[in-house]
Amino acid sequence: MTFRRPTGGAVDRDTVLRFTFNGQELTGHPGDTLASALLAHGVHEIGGSVKLGRPRGIVAAGSEDPTSLVQVETPFPEPMLLATTVELFDGLVARGLAGQGKLAAEPDPARYDAKHVHCDVLVVGAGPAGLAAALTAARSGARVVLVDEQNQAGGAVLGVDDPSTARWVAEVVAELENTSDVLVLQRTTAFGLYQDGFVLALQKRTDHLGFAAPASRARQRVWRIRTKRTVLATGAHERPVVFPDNDRPGVMLASAARTFLHRYGVLPGSRAVVFATNDSAYLAALDLAQSGVDVPLLLDARPEPPAGLAAECAARGIEVRVGQVTGTEGDRRVTAARVGDELVPCDTLLVSGGWNPVVSLFSQARGTLRYDGGLGAFVPGEELPTVRVAGAATGEFDLAACVRQGQESVGSANEVAVPASDAWRTEEPGLVLWRVPGDDNASFVDLQRDATVTDVLRATGAGLRSLEHIKRYTTIGTAHDQGKTSGMIAAGIVAEALGVDLADQRPTTFRPPYTPVSFAALAGRDRGELHDPVRVTPIHPWHVAHGALFEDVGQWKRPWYYPKPGEDRHAAVLRECRAAREGVALMDGSTLGKIDVQGSDAGKFLDLLYTNMMSTLKVGRIRYGVMCGVDGMVIDDGTVIRIGEERWLVTTTTGNAAKVLDWMEEWLQTEWPHLDVHCTSVTDHWATIPLVGPRSRDVLAAVAPELDVSAAAFEFMTWRDTTIAGVPARVCRISFSGELAYEINVTAWHGLAVWEALIAAGEPYGITPYGTETMHVLRAEKGYPIIGQETDATVTPQDLGMSWVVSKKKPDFIGKRSFARPENLRPDRKQLVGLLPVDPEVLLPEGSQIVGTRELPPPPVPMLGHVTSSYPSAALGRTFALALVRSGRDRVGDTLYVPVGDDLVPVTVTESVLYDREGARRDG
Amino acid sequence: MTADLTSLLAAWTDRLAALAPALTAAERPFRTQLTVRTADPSALGETLGVGFPAVPCTFTSGAGAEVLWLGPDEFLVVAPEGVNEEVVRGALGSSRGSVVDTSAQRTAVDLEGPHVRDVLAHGCAVDLHPAAAPAGTCVQTLLARTGVILQVRDGDRVTLLVRSSFAGYLAAWLCDAATEYL
Repeated sequence: MTFRRPTGGAVDRDTVLRFTFNGQELTGHPGDTLASALLAHGVHEIGGSVKLGRPRGIVAAGSEDPTSLVQVETPFPEPMLLATTVELFDGLVARGLAGQGKLAAEPDPARYDAKHVHCDVLVVGAGPAGLAAALTAARSGARVVLVDEQNQAGGAVLGVDDPSTARWVAEVVAELENTSDVLVLQRTTAFGLYQDGFVLALQKRTDHLGFAAPASRARQRVWRIRTKRTVLATGAHERPVVFPDNDRPGVMLASAARTFLHRYGVLPGSRAVVFATNDSAYLAALDLAQSGVDVPLLLDARPEPPAGLAAECAARGIEVRVGQVTGTEGDRRVTAARVGDELVPCDTLLVSGGWNPVVSLFSQARGTLRYDGGLGAFVPGEELPTVRVAGAATGEFDLAACVRQGQESVGSANEVAVPASDAWRTEEPGLVLWRVPGDDNASFVDLQRDATVTDVLRATGAGLRSLEHIKRYTTIGTAHDQGKTSGMIAAGIVAEALGVDLADQRPTTFRPPYTPVSFAALAGRDRGELHDPVRVTPIHPWHVAHGALFEDVGQWKRPWYYPKPGEDRHAAVLRECRAAREGVALMDGSTLGKIDVQGSDAGKFLDLLYTNMMSTLKVGRIRYGVMCGVDGMVIDDGTVIRIGEERWLVTTTTGNAAKVLDWMEEWLQTEWPHLDVHCTSVTDHWATIPLVGPRSRDVLAAVAPELDVSAAAFEFMTWRDTTIAGVPARVCRISFSGELAYEINVTAWHGLAVWEALIAAGEPYGITPYGTETMHVLRAEKGYPIIGQETDATVTPQDLGMSWVVSKKKPDFIGKRSFARPENLRPDRKQLVGLLPVDPEVLLPEGSQIVGTRELPPPPVPMLGHVTSSYPSAALGRTFALALVRSGRDRVGDTLYVPVGDDLVPVTVTESVLYDREGARRDG
Repeated sequence: MTADLTSLLAAWTDRLAALAPALTAAERPFRTQLTVRTADPSALGETLGVGFPAVPCTFTSGAGAEVLWLGPDEFLVVAPEGVNEEVVRGALGSSRGSVVDTSAQRTAVDLEGPHVRDVLAHGCAVDLHPAAAPAGTCVQTLLARTGVILQVRDGDRVTLLVRSSFAGYLAAWLCDAATEYL
């Protein structure tokens, strides 16, 4: 039997769409939702309930529906969608869910993206009030964005039979679409309203196309809207009344049945009992009766039914009776409504307990809500400076009044005319009724959470009074629908149970998102290669072409090592280390942070910034420096070169370049604005190539014919400007390995060419490119710390054995005061030392703890420190490690133990410098 | 021997060209760029032959040069032929300030076409509507996940200046963001 009417509704009956639900092959039409297509076949039962497994159906016609959760299986598995919001497409396969879905195991192939848009007026909701607001704003020349959740404009007009109002809607939409600077977005839900006019909306762009969705078109888009003013015309949701066994499939909101009838041409059943507390349910009953549904009985909970509407019902053969539904009968579908002792057979039970203005976004905007005792609902309680509410969202349900509110919400005198309508006529005020007494265990407040009146009363019985607490205790309002139909009723039952006035109660806070948003949509294009920028140096293509493996350092890709065929990391790194110590090697150091510091106070500034003295450095010379935080802990290190009387170039570690520049600016702008200093990042401007090893001088001489490279003419810790491979270069004689070494700087434009020139010139010497792993080994052999590896924000320069880098003469510098604190003077601070495993083959895992005894004592085991770096060393012919050890320097020569697996590995504590302690290799 | 200049975006030339006609995207590499910090740029304007922008978030152009407002005392000079760091520092004289050659710090990508604003709106939070960002606008902002300096020119043309190390990311992002407009 079909429940599709031969005419009516916005469905294309000439086109048949096939779909499968719960294994059953069915058909529908374009314009259907999955829910309307199912109802057309008389299918009400969607799935079971999450805890109790009770059958559940379709309660509402839109996103407020608490029950019709489905899993879509094709074209891509997606859990937790509502049958009432899934637009039908050919080939759809779905099944009902019992509260929990299943995420896809494979990656989602669809595109998701985001787009920014700016406007003067954002209107949320394209019902009569929203359309009036948008039209008024558009006619005034404003930039307007109108977003609406449905696939077509109209709002409540879509759920009634009112051709003249529908024509008005079409005319308004046509005018909006023909006005420049007006953007109308259907299938778009404003789900988050944030400060300063920032609103997020999700547009479902191709979901409804199913298999026909073009792959290049983003399936969903997050609109990032920035608006000067916002009009919330979000309408109202009908709420049910709670009564025993109110959860059976076939029990439906009266307005939902009216919407299914008029929008989709679908009847909810053959025989419907209506349970009303207000006039709107009469209109649903009349429309259904006129459409052929047998409506034997309308129960009105009010003592006096509205005379006019009751007479219309009588004329249609609907008995109107004062009373309440007290229960239902049926197995998987309601078969009768219980009215006291009487059973009224029916396959549909329509309920209307009144209307809740949709105030979610208003509440998100920090608008306070006021309880309207007449409506039995919270309504916007105040005006906000830039957010207005119009239409049913304010509790106004008269069409002309809604349109007037929409127009006034944008503050224009332009009159928007709407034809008169009797589709929402009312005679008498509604009655606020939360529930009908009966079996509280079977009276469901939140159908999705299987939460009953018993659960609410248990909460109040346990002493809970706050709606927020009761929400968490009962879970009412925490499901996909966030309590759109249940929250107000729960509040009402609580107030009754506690004997308090709802006007004195604070409603639970509405939070984004208004409707569920998938993580894929939020991630947008920030996936795969666009997930995070990959920063590369100008020499990067060479590294790729020569088989480098890469290490991520912050956002940078740095060559890690360059394995030759058949080499593992261990072999490659030993080879690269050997080349640097015995021949010549080079690496790409372009990622180092570089900051140009200029001004007459630059020396003074650097003296304050670094722990050591910089202002005394002579032009042409270089000094290593350490920076500390105000707590005296090391935050960065690097070289400082003096380019001119008032100009310096500071290098930072790769990962800290931006942080150090920010740190400099913070001090200059907040504490020392009187200093004449300017800092400019030149990190990307320079390509930097350390050329390392005893034969580095030969290679440099070959490419820099104008430069006197002799040790006497080009001293350690000095720099020279020269020409390398025909391009201007700055060469610094510094070393991070202890070997003779030069750091060659050319503009990034020249980086690759100069690198290749060095490779060519170094060929006779077996020049070897090396990566970060070899750099780490070489510096560790010399005991040079790496910021962030040997340090962790609790390490002072003194802890690193670098008291020499802390000036005793300077009157002040950042961190100075902290070095006098007793904590920083304790002799048992953790200090940097070397560790040599007694077995020279054993490699200690980095991060290992260090203990003082051969056997582990019972817990708590006293920990002396941890291993910070650990490598096999070609130069030492053994493994070694650096470690932070309590009173480490006093333990040099001692044997300590490192738990590795089940073993305690004995290690000998040494000075941190393990190779070339006398520094003999520095000059080649 | 003079080494060849190389740009990381050279590898993207074909992929960027394939975005036409929806979006014409081409790198304009190897321009002399100077970061100037000074509270009083009047003398510099005379040397360069183009006035410095007095209005925040704008740029000026003329005499083969462009001057971009980056902050209350910060400008980026895209210098004409023959002007370099020394020349501008000389013009600064004894007044406070700094001049730094940042030529290779950033590269430029010129964008043109009917969908320039659409594509940029996928990653740029700044309002680029012609009424809000007329020709002559210059802002520092984020485009997706990279910082850029964005210059609005007349006729649906925009120039993006991006840090060299981020240029590959920017190109990849542009190619992706243009997908729906091809």
